[in-house]
Amino acid sequence: MMNEQRREFIKKTALGVLVGLGAASGLVPAFSLEKTVLPVWDEKPVPGKIRWGMLIDTRKCKEGCQQCAAACHHAHNVPDFRNKKDEIKWLWQNPYQKVFPTASQQFVSKEIQDRSYLALCNHCAESPCTKACPTEATFKRWDGIVAMDYHRCIGCRFCMAACPYGSRSFNWQDPRTAIHDPVTTYPTREQGVVEKCNFCSDRLVKGQQPACTEACPEQALTFGDLNDPRSDIRLLLEANETMQRKPELGTKPSVFYII
Amino acid sequence: MIEKALKGNRSYWIWIAFLIAVIANGLSAYDQQRWFGLTVTGMGRDISWGLYIAQFTFLVGVAASAVMVVLPYYLHHQKEFAKTVIIGEFMAVSATLMSMLFILADMGRPDRLLNIMLYPSPHSMVFWDLLVLSGYLLMNLVSSWAMLGAERKGVPPKAWVKPLIYLSIPWAFSVHTVTAFLYAGMPGRHLWLTAVLAPRFLASAFAAGTALLILVSLILKRTTGFDTGNEARTKLAVLATYTGLANFFFLGTEFFTAFYSNVPAHKESLQYLFFGLEGKCQFVPLMWFSLISGVASIIVLLVPALRKSTPWLVGACSALVLSIWIDKGVGLILGGFVPSPLQDIVQYTPTATEIFVTLGIWGIGILLLTLLLKVVVAVKMEKEQ
Ligand code: SF4
Ligand code: SF4
Repeated sequence: MMNEQRREFIKKTALGVLVGLGAASGLVPAFSLEKTVLPVWDEKPVPGKIRWGMLIDTRKCKEGCQQCAAACHHAHNVPDFRNKKDEIKWLWQNPYQKVFPTASQQFVSKEIQDRSYLALCNHCAESPCTKACPTEATFKRWDGIVAMDYHRCIGCRFCMAACPYGSRSFNWQDPRTAIHDPVTTYPTREQGVVEKCNFCSDRLVKGQQPACTEACPEQALTFGDLNDPRSDIRLLLEANETMQRKPELGTKPSVFYII
Repeated sequence: MIEKALKGNRSYWIWIAFLIAVIANGLSAYDQQRWFGLTVTGMGRDISWGLYIAQFTFLVGVAASAVMVVLPYYLHHQKEFAKTVIIGEFMAVSATLMSMLFILADMGRPDRLLNIMLYPSPHSMVFWDLLVLSGYLLMNLVSSWAMLGAERKGVPPKAWVKPLIYLSIPWAFSVHTVTAFLYAGMPGRHLWLTAVLAPRFLASAFAAGTALLILVSLILKRTTGFDTGNEARTKLAVLATYTGLANFFFLGTEFFTAFYSNVPAHKESLQYLFFGLEGKCQFVPLMWFSLISGVASIIVLLVPALRKSTPWLVGACSALVLSIWIDKGVGLILGGFVPSPLQDIVQYTPTATEIFVTLGIWGIGILLLTLLLKVVVAVKMEKEQ
């Protein structure tokens, strides 16, 4: 089954490469790189056909391990200013009561309280950030990913105020001075724009799993299509009791947690 | 007409020179900010809006409050506002300009400002706010300038002027309602997520704006001898009193809902502002000062004998403006960010650069107001002779 899943994943992501290459070489001018998952023989992307999501099995998450966040921040040239005020983060760990402040906090077992919980952009199906943005610099892709156009963002930070999860960071100063080990596979950002987790749309287009999912030594992260009832993530969601962050706000997060 | 702003006595020019110095200082601070980024301000990842957006919110209110004289004068023909109405309109012009400049100062990439119009996004409240604000600015500037010009020539104003003024009345309400909607539609910011935000914005705007208008008219009387009349001021004081009362009533209802329902998300921000949260109480003294001075000024204004005496009037109006400035500026905007979405309680202190930029923008607005009012006074005094 795993193999079939793998093949399915590659099909969903890698077919986009053809289109991506086509767009890059000017063969398919109408399709931009953003619409990567579109099979070449489909006339139009169907909104909601694919909805990428993530399931985090917090039971498997090892204490002191930071490999997922390190891989993410390295792959995306996320600067590290080493101070709280200028801080930029895409994926990070937090205690239970910070990640799930509206979940029950009474008599929580010590084990649950001691564990750390990953926080990242939820790629909400009903995303308040894209609604607030006055320029469409943050927008919803047809595959459910909430993406950023760093060249369009005016730095008004309405999306930061609108996001109820604190998922967004602003470049308060030039980030390039604080990228300690830059990679060439993802662009760096400029001073004055907002950034956040992109669900590794840059890797999906190459048929790869997100950097965090790949880096986790415990396989605690499962990435997949929430709209496909046969995907790993859907099977796990059915087999386990899971949680979303602040579900009462109606944002429909695409990131789920097994506690 | 504008040439009338170029003739003035010594103190007029000293005042202009002072304002220009403040503006120059603000520009150099802004230059720093452009160069090093918004890191030179006190804002950060958790409190991502600060002094600038707070000023913006307060000033949109001042702008909208022009309706408090325009409406009674043009719709109800209350003649005692004849001399005040243009001051109110020009105050609206300067306040709108300042509020737009504060948005600009807050932007990370002001060079991309036009993106808001190039990629119009009706789902975003900012798009609507920019539309109503620029419309309001033009509307007030054009109509009041045309009225003044007609008055100077002793002819009736052109036919299009009155309809424009009538349009500015509902427009004023929309300006501040849309500004409230910037905040009131955000899930997860519970201090703002309240239907009473827009009504409260209007009430506090009308109170602070009319109080400010009284103060400006008294300053004009002092410095130029141009008097808009005690009767107008007393009427304005009554308006400020009752809109101020409405504001504090709305605040009271917020308190009731938050603390009686006892829902943590609803009460945490208010608790942080007025009582402190987890031992952190940065704004507690300021918020109580705002509450007490606001209530005290309303009590003073409620007594007819006191509101007719100039020193009491000045004191009460200044206290009311200050109270609402703290409440709407400091409290509302910063309180909305505490606790953060991850339950952190973060402090915010504006930096010197941020304060200089802020003063610079106030300088620009006050300079514009000074020039416009100089023309008004010259035209009106000419007529009176
Ligand atoms: S988590 Fe925040 S940034 Fe991510 S989609 Fe939801 S609202 Fe937007
Ligand atoms: S900061 Fe950028 S992405 Fe966020 S709302 Fe403003 S323009 Fe949109």
